[in-house]
This record gives sequence, C-alpha cells and structure tokens, in this order.
Amino acid sequence: MNKDIYVLGIETSCDETAASVVKNGTEIISNVVASQIESHKRFGGVVPEIASRHHVEQITIVIEEALAQANLEPKQLSAVAVTEGPGLVGALLVGVNAAKAFAFAHQLPIVGVHHIAGHIYANRLEQEMEFPLLALVISGGHTELVYMKEHGDFEVIGETRDDAAGEAYDKVARTLNLPYPGGPHIDRLAHESDGAVEFPRVWLEEGSYDFSFSGLKSSVLNYMHNAAQRGETVPPEHVAAGFQNSVVEVVTAKTLRAATQYKVKQVIAAGGVAANKGLRTSLTDTFKEKGLPFYIPSLKLCTDNAAMIAAAGTVMFEKGHRGTMTMNGRPGMAMASWN
Amino acid sequence: MIYLGIDTSNSPLTVALMRDESVLIEETTNLKINHSLTAMPAVEEMMKKAKISPADLTHIAAASGPGSYTGVRIGLTIAKTLAWSLKIPLHTVSSLKVLAANGRYFEGHICPIMDARRGTVFTGLYNGSDLSTVIEDQHSDLNEFLIRVKEQNKSVLFTGIDVAIHEEAIREVLGEAAFFSGPQDRLPRASNLIVLAKEEKAQDIHHAVPEYQRITEAEANYLKSQEGKKL
Ligand SMILES: [Zn+2]
Repeated sequence: MNKDIYVLGIETSCDETAASVVKNGTEIISNVVASQIESHKRFGGVVPEIASRHHVEQITIVIEEALAQANLEPKQLSAVAVTEGPGLVGALLVGVNAAKAFAFAHQLPIVGVHHIAGHIYANRLEQEMEFPLLALVISGGHTELVYMKEHGDFEVIGETRDDAAGEAYDKVARTLNLPYPGGPHIDRLAHESDGAVEFPRVWLEEGSYDFSFSGLKSSVLNYMHNAAQRGETVPPEHVAAGFQNSVVEVVTAKTLRAATQYKVKQVIAAGGVAANKGLRTSLTDTFKEKGLPFYIPSLKLCTDNAAMIAAAGTVMFEKGHRGTMTMNGRPGMAMASWN
Repeated sequence: MIYLGIDTSNSPLTVALMRDESVLIEETTNLKINHSLTAMPAVEEMMKKAKISPADLTHIAAASGPGSYTGVRIGLTIAKTLAWSLKIPLHTVSSLKVLAANGRYFEGHICPIMDARRGTVFTGLYNGSDLSTVIEDQHSDLNEFLIRVKEQNKSVLFTGIDVAIHEEAIREVLGEAAFFSGPQDRLPRASNLIVLAKEEKAQDIHHAVPEYQRITEAEANYLKSQEGKKL
C-alpha cells in the first residue's frame, strides 16, 4: 500500500499570505489565508513594498496555523511546495525564503511551483482532472488558455497581449468610482442593470486564442469622457454591464472554440475572475449546452491560496522534481511542463 | 549553546556559527549577489563544514535592519522561520549596531553609515567603549545628522561600506574629529552580530519584523494627501 503524501504549500506571490496542507494532491487538510486587501484599499491597488512587509509579519503565523489545523508534525510532511513565480518579486522572496528555511530546519524536500499551475490544480481539490483538458486561467494578473495532455504538461495556446482581465476590471471600476478591488462591484452592478452600453468585442486575428483588453478599457474610458463633456450622466450599471458583456462574450467564445478544436474531455476555469458571476454563468451554460464537462473551483480556491500550490507541488514531487537552497523568487517565471 | 547568525541587510552577506564563547566559522562576502539566492546556501554550506545539523542549533541571531528593504526581509524571514521551526529563541540586533561593532574599543563615538539616496542615510551614534546608544538609529539627512554628531564633541569613527561615498561631506563637517575604518572593517560580521545578540532578550518570533526606519513611499504620499483633510 502506498503511503499518504502530505505537502505543505506556501503562497506569497501577491497580497495574500497563505499556507496549507494537502493530502495526496487532492484533499485539503488545512487552508489558511491572511488577506491584505484592507491595507491596500486606501491606495486603490496592491502596493508591492507594503505587500512584502505584511508577508514578513504573517508568514510564520500562517504556517503554524496551517500545521495546527492539520494536526500534523513537520516530520509527517513529505515535502514543502512554494510559489516560485510569477508575481511581485519582493513578495515572492518572503515565501521562498521561509519555505527554504522551513525545509532546511526539518530536512524536507522543497518544490518550486508556478503560480498558474497552482491555479489550474486548485480544481483537483474538488474534481479529479481528466485529460486532455483545457484550462482558462483568468485573474488580476493573468488571462490564459492552457492545454494539458496529461499531468504537468502545459501548453499555453492563448494569452493576453496587454492587460489581464482582472486589471481591466480594476481600471474600469476606478473610472466608475467603485472601491478597490473593483471586479466584484462591476459584476454586481452588471447583474442588477436593466440596460447595457454597447462596447466593441476584441477578437484579434482569425483563429487566435489570444486576448486583448486594453482597447475595450480605452473605449469605456472614452465613452465616460465624452458623456462627461456633453454633461450627460451615464448610469454606471449600464457601463458595467456593457463592459462585462464584452469580456464575457469574447472569453466564452474563445474558450469554447479552443475546447472544440483541441477535442478536450474537460474544461476548467481558474483564478480570481473565475469567481465572477457573469462569467461563471456564461461558461457553465455554454458548456452544458455542448455537453462538455466544465468545472470551476469554489470561490476560496479561485482566489490566491496555498492549497492549490500544495496540490500542484504534490504532482511535481511525485514526478521527482526537487528544488535546492538556491531557489529564488522568479517574478517573470514562464510556464514550463514538468517532464 | 550553538548560535547561528545571519545579516543580509545590505549588499554584504555575513553568516557565522558560535559554540559558547568561540567562533566556529564565519563567512562574509561583498559580491553584490542576490541574497535570496545565496543566503540559505551559505547557511547550509557553513553548517555542513562545521558538522552542525539544524537540530543542534540553540539560538538564532539576525540583523533587524535598517538597510535595503528586500535585504533585511530575506535575512529576517530566514531567521524567524528557522527559529520558529526549530523552536529556539530568536535574538535581533540593529544592523547599524552590528556595523558599529567593527569599531569597538575606539576611544570616542562610532557612526555607522548606510547610504539611503538623495543625500540621506540610515545611521546612528554609538559609544566606542560599550556600544551603548548615543543617538538612536534613524533615517536622516546626512548633513543634519553630522551636525548633531559634531555637537557631542568627541572623536568619531565612521564605518560601513557606504562611508566611501560620503567621506568628503563628513570631513567637511567634522574635520579632524572624523576617523574612518579601513576597508577590512567596513563589512558587517555575523560573529559581532552573535556577540551582541547574546545581550538581547529573545523576540516574540511571530511578531519579529524589520526595523525599516522609514515608511513606504506610498504611505508617505498617502499621508501627504490626507493633510488638512482632518477636522
Ligand atoms: Zn493568482
């Protein structure tokens, strides 16, 4: 009989300090997240230096809590998995160095995990993956379509050429004077709206799975500017709905086309924006109609967390990947397959 | 008692191991290499050479800043995670005091200097005899601080790798009263850190945070924007 694998995950790539213990890559034993949203709110976005300072204040507390909730001693762990990149460099460094020190103290193997691979593997904590699969990763920092033939095999078939979807949401929210983070407010306004301004859909060249949101963002800003010059008041919910409709339509259509072309058995969504109600509904309905299995993890696994890092790290660990004490934070880390 | 000391608060990296009153090993480099890459390997290598395993450690000593924000964080993150993981005490010492220790026994005051750009420095003033504080660690305009140093009417030994940048400005204010440590005494040394740490109370590990001595730019701008808004 195989021994159970317990992996401690650590994630500090942006503004959440998180630690978690996952069993066999599929079962959450503990999942602790210390969010910094409140302290970045007054600045209207994440301030990297402040994020790094908070990580130092929280890191050992969060790890201790994750182990305590799991009721595990460090020696019962098989490995430590940590987000190596991409993300904010100063923020990553805190997690990476804490993970190295912890692994060294307990003489445990360490694995460096790509943040997006983590988002994708969040799904495995609720629903076993079936290959080939297509993953839509949509968050504050990323908008990517990733094709997976098997575990650890990532092919990025589409990505954003400018802003990530989440960034566009934040900028439009700011124009509408909505508080940070703006995504959920736009989603809510769009949902309540009885009308929608018509904004363009950006498809890029035929057959492309890439995304572009900066043009859409600009047309929203222009629209608001022109209305203001004419002295007109625009119902903000109409703008929110129009913007969201455009994002949702393009993202849904490209995901569906990729899923069909690549003949995948499963489609999964991941990342903070996947928690968006408008997008969830559109994707769910579309794939239901097509008869293709489609999954989105629950909200707490869509946003940044360490369980997803532990989940991905477990598979890397099983495939024999090991980091060393020279591991560094890699802000621009590219997605590579685990061969 | 086996002490591990680590200071990465500026471009030099220094690590040391002490057993009771003897220094077993110390390694200090000034190669401007990313500490995130080199600090843990340096600790690992040094402990291997000294044949000391993590479980043998009884105390961790770390420099708490000021210095490079990222540098200070790397050293302190490693130190607090090691101390917490091994369930042993963590003792922290001002990075400036660690530098001041290079001039211990100097007859007069010791002034460690870290450049902080735009004519400002992280600095403090210490007694040569016992390294007690004369003027608290702070982020200050260099010239304003030098005037306060001069008012003490003592010989002053300046130390730290950034002394070279400010030597002229220092001589201008302090003249004959200014002395400068040689290049061999400008780097922080982790054995000094450990010796100083032994005099310090153990920290509450979870709440040990760097002494940045300066708020972030975003906070400074925010505070400025709030001025006059209050009733
Ligand atoms: Zn993320």
